[in-house]
Amino acid sequence: MTGTDASLPDGVERRELDGDDRLCTRGPPEYGEPTDGEWRAWDARRSKLGGMLELGMDTGLSGGETVLYLGAANGTTVSHVADFAGPTYAVEFSPRPVRDLLDACEPRSNLFPLLKDARRPETYAHVVEAGCDVLVQDVATRGQADVAVENRRFLADDGRLLLAVKARSEDVAAAPDAVFDDVLADLESTYEVLETRPLDRFHEDHLGVVATPR
Amino acid sequence: MTTDDATDADAAGADPRAWFAVGDDESPTDRVRNGTADAPADWPTLAVESGFADDEDDYYAALREATLAATRAEVNERERADDRQLLHAVRAMDDAERVANELAERVSEWAGTLFPDAGTGVEGCRELAERDPDGPAEERVVSLATRVAELDREADELEAFIESRAPVAAPNLAAMAGPVLAARLISLAGGLETLAKKPSGTLQVLGAEDALFAHLRGHGSSPKHGVIYTHEYVRGTRPEDRGSASRALAGKLTIGARIDHYSGDYRPELEAELDERMRTIRARAGDDGGDPE
Ligand SMILES: C[S@@+](CC[C@H](N)C(=O)[O-])C[C@H]1O[C@@H](n2cnc3c(N)ncnc32)[C@H](O)[C@@H]1O
Repeated sequence: MTGTDASLPDGVERRELDGDDRLCTRGPPEYGEPTDGEWRAWDARRSKLGGMLELGMDTGLSGGETVLYLGAANGTTVSHVADFAGPTYAVEFSPRPVRDLLDACEPRSNLFPLLKDARRPETYAHVVEAGCDVLVQDVATRGQADVAVENRRFLADDGRLLLAVKARSEDVAAAPDAVFDDVLADLESTYEVLETRPLDRFHEDHLGVVATPR
Repeated sequence: MTTDDATDADAAGADPRAWFAVGDDESPTDRVRNGTADAPADWPTLAVESGFADDEDDYYAALREATLAATRAEVNERERADDRQLLHAVRAMDDAERVANELAERVSEWAGTLFPDAGTGVEGCRELAERDPDGPAEERVVSLATRVAELDREADELEAFIESRAPVAAPNLAAMAGPVLAARLISLAGGLETLAKKPSGTLQVLGAEDALFAHLRGHGSSPKHGVIYTHEYVRGTRPEDRGSASRALAGKLTIGARIDHYSGDYRPELEAELDERMRTIRARAGDDGGDPE
């Protein structure tokens, strides 16, 4: 069924594609996803933010936001974000996937690639504007809470942190729930956590977190 | 005010930390790459106030251009640094192979006095390495044979490394030459950049004087072929057409090296053009009534 959904931002719709009800955005296809006219499927299995939306988390996204996206990789998710958001800064520190990210930026006038380390915000604070509405973070690296805390400086006071925590990146041996508790505790001083949801249906041992600065 | 003026005036009133507040010898692209600031600011508004941009749309268009250029340049540079890794790896692979073969000869000679049924070469060493030595002399021979087998395995692993790295460091060169030959050309030239700057006539004879490739070329090959002689498109072409084949191959490889160095994107059409050209050259054999392969 085609339709709008209260929890989805403008520019993101559920549409029937190849017989399935799929999350879609409007923009040039990037990774061989199914399309229908201008619409292209947003694969929740390949995107943590897609998974968060698919699970109905209250992301606070309404469309047109200024976004700082950390861990853009080859641009799969951030290309969908740029389809419905406003200015979108895409930070990724590994040069390899950035080649594909550049391809995703090419047809999008609001997507700005930055080959930078998210643990060193001072290396891009001269480019990324203050008062971003949304900070999306999907960096599969140790110290995910620290990255979110360090990048608080870019977020408006009423902005949103949309974080995907990968348990195995913090500690391969520990129980995921214990890792999630630690990460949430580390966020506590800087962010008020509004909602958490396991993303297991799409991404094993990942926790989706929606938070806002304190 | 034109955009140029705005840049030159180094966005006079702009925050000196902003990416667009450029100094004399800098471009906004350089500043995106190298600048820093402790805290972000409302850069779009500051850019308009300082005259760097006419309005917000103009600002984001300039930002897009600068971030794309900066990121593209940096990705190219970081991946190009991979050409050094290839250069060392292919030299190490050739060294490992050469030393393994030399030592294998020594081992066969010695082993022949102790094990009447010992094989020769690296293969013989691999087999000797499995034996149970009896007495100190056999111990030394078996141990030495084990080193040869290990060195040979290291050469294989270096080759696997080259095969995985070359397509990233030099996608077009690796696609047309094959990863190992691509790495050899980079190594012989001293780097991808120097290779990209050589005329195709030079690429064609790279390695021609190198004794290391004498055995790959075999006997009686003309000195006009360098290491690209090892490519199937030269070696597998009948002798009277090898000159054209190696010129055509060198020409395309030169273009590939230049694209790899300057833009880095993979262009499959280059390979298709090379295949087409080779078909034409090889078809001559058929026209002359000769054997096409
Ligand atoms: C799981 S992938 C992200 C996938 C992407 N968000 C998507 O859905 O399309 C994690 C990415 O984070 C990047 N990353 C890890 N540590 C980082 C850091 N300190 N700064 C920037 N990126 C980082 C990795 O290189 C990797 O590309």
